[in-house]
Amino acid sequence: MKTTYREAMRAALRDAMQRDERVFLMGEDVGRYGGSFAVSLGLLEEFGPERIRDTPLSESGFVGAGIGAALGGMRPVVEIMTVNFSLLALDQIINNAATLLHMSGGQFNVPIVIRMTTGAGRQLGAQHSHSLEGWYAHIPGLRILAPATLADARGMLWTALQDPDPVLIFEHGSLYNMAGELDDDAGAVDIDKATVLRRADSKADGSADAVTIITYGGTLPMVLDAADQLAGEGIGADVIDLRTLRPLDTHTLLDSVARTHRAVVVDEGWRSGSISAEIAARISELAFFDLDAPVERVCSAEVPVPYAKHLEQAALPSVERVMAAARRAVGAGG
Amino acid sequence: MTTLRNQGVPDAGHAQHLLRQMLRVRRLEEKCIELYSAAKIRGFLHVYIGEEAVAAGVMEALLPEDAVVATYREHGHALLRGVSAGAILAEMYGHAEGCCRGRGGSMHLFDAATRFYGGNAIVAGGLPLAVGLALADRMAGRQRVTVCFFGEGAVAEGEFHESMNLAALWQLPVLFCCENNLYAMGTALGRSESQTDIALKAAGYEISAWAVDGMDVLAVEEAARRAVDAVRSGGGPHFLELRTYRFRAHSMFDPELYREKSEVTRWMERDPISLLRAAMQAAGQLPDEEWAALQADVEAEISTAVGFAENGTPEPVSELARFVYSDRADDGSDVGSVAGDGAGKEGATP
Ligand SMILES: Cc1ncc(C[n+]2csc(CCOP(=O)(O)OP(=O)(O)O)c2C)c(N)n1
Repeated sequence: MKTTYREAMRAALRDAMQRDERVFLMGEDVGRYGGSFAVSLGLLEEFGPERIRDTPLSESGFVGAGIGAALGGMRPVVEIMTVNFSLLALDQIINNAATLLHMSGGQFNVPIVIRMTTGAGRQLGAQHSHSLEGWYAHIPGLRILAPATLADARGMLWTALQDPDPVLIFEHGSLYNMAGELDDDAGAVDIDKATVLRRADSKADGSADAVTIITYGGTLPMVLDAADQLAGEGIGADVIDLRTLRPLDTHTLLDSVARTHRAVVVDEGWRSGSISAEIAARISELAFFDLDAPVERVCSAEVPVPYAKHLEQAALPSVERVMAAARRAVGAGG
Repeated sequence: MTTLRNQGVPDAGHAQHLLRQMLRVRRLEEKCIELYSAAKIRGFLHVYIGEEAVAAGVMEALLPEDAVVATYREHGHALLRGVSAGAILAEMYGHAEGCCRGRGGSMHLFDAATRFYGGNAIVAGGLPLAVGLALADRMAGRQRVTVCFFGEGAVAEGEFHESMNLAALWQLPVLFCCENNLYAMGTALGRSESQTDIALKAAGYEISAWAVDGMDVLAVEEAARRAVDAVRSGGGPHFLELRTYRFRAHSMFDPELYREKSEVTRWMERDPISLLRAAMQAAGQLPDEEWAALQADVEAEISTAVGFAENGTPEPVSELARFVYSDRADDGSDVGSVAGDGAGKEGATP
């Protein structure tokens, strides 16, 4: 079946609403407007205003209400337009959703799913373009998902709704129009494991050099593109889609690094204090003696994401920068 | 000396029940102060002394299936909602027998059995939760009420306004109870709000709101019953501003530089316990021996609770990482065993 990331997300929402009457969608403009990214277009007509619930501009209020509804036995899916706006709801997400189970000594689960867009590349300027999912991945008690493929866009929501704990789903704004084939019977997916989307040909084929490239979300298509081009240069690449930023599937990373002996982490967040810093640290803690080269990182420039296209592009990871990092890692010059 | 505003006292049994409830809170917290001074319990400790009529009156109006959300000054709310004094004290001791197994402490008491949802140390943080609990009831067609307690300090926070608006917009079954004790730490209401009539603010959101003498437990109970009945029968959110006063400092660390002793003394003449006791005596309802017996009962309850807490067991450090995520059959694939100390299973290592 031919579909898009946006349609896959919508199908996931529709499916969840049909399967479980406790599920409802709440957020700014999810109803009459059809969703600011058109993800929920048509769902209001199908499910009505009780379950496709438009909210006022009150991020803290409606995210907190979602948490309360989850405590009260519902399965809310709360949409926040973009990660930048989620900062107005940080109190509720971090002080309540992430802590209530622990502070209550295991008595109160918060089975909420919070979806939001993230990422840059559409010339929206700093207040609509940041990638802050790595921050959220800092918080114990939250599960952080970043669907990068059609299958995950279709499948992660239902799995997230089965999780008794709060789950945040980050959808990169540049992925919504991504089109491709999805199995007709595509459904829920595992959210515990990273996937190796492409394996470096081992040294058997004569190519001496291999590298593990680790990424997630919006930068995945770019990394796959870079991997294709690197293959043409005789550099094989394992491409790992993290899928879940917390808890991190360190096993899959270590397995790959044990074979390739080199790692490049690609992350649209800023380098300082980022999820890529955590990944690089884990690899050096746990696989230091497997490494033939320092772990490379390709991140965004340490500036608020600018508006002008050339500046924005210069700030973000690119195919060229990923390839250069991979070449440095294998000692082929950057 | 002011007396209770209400005409007459209810039947002796009920009056005595209310008196007992307030006394239980008072004695529990006096004991907390003692234990704090003896360094048996630590952290922040905010006592409710002087405000007992609010929790005592409001709780009377609730059914077991209703929900309660409170702040960090919530020992009394927890106790009167039905959490045992032993479980509360054991929590402050950090013991496994505490109502949150030592993870919450004084400011974060929770209890699923009585639908007590905290214990929230973020000013105004509980208001959106109460809205959501009420939303869940509305959507599920349940006739339950959620009561949310908060101080007047919360009124300045954005979450207060977001919550009033949502609750009224969606006509949710929630009762907001603003405990207006005139001070947010050291900031007097008049120094933080342009409009100090809080009930009026709530009314601005099209919420039925009225102010009540929060030192008069009978007045509180009556208002709460009226409000809870209205909420339960589909009347949408209601709001009570309970005018009260805390006799003690904000917390154990507060030197109280912001108010005159004489002001405190003046309010203490309206101690809710003394007021009810005096009214009962005037009505011939509380012979001295009954009062003595009541006090002895409460003393016994609290000392049993202290014994329970004292003899509790510290929650083992080996359990530290529990309840960060739910226990699941598949515990994720983070490298617990490979990682040793550092990057392993999510969660801290002792
Ligand atoms: C969001 C937030 N800001 C500041 C504080 C610090 N703080 C703790 S209690 C308090 C005063 C709150 O006063 P009020 O809401 O009137 O409640 P009361 O203590 O009088 O019961 C403040 C400022 C906090 N806990 N949360």
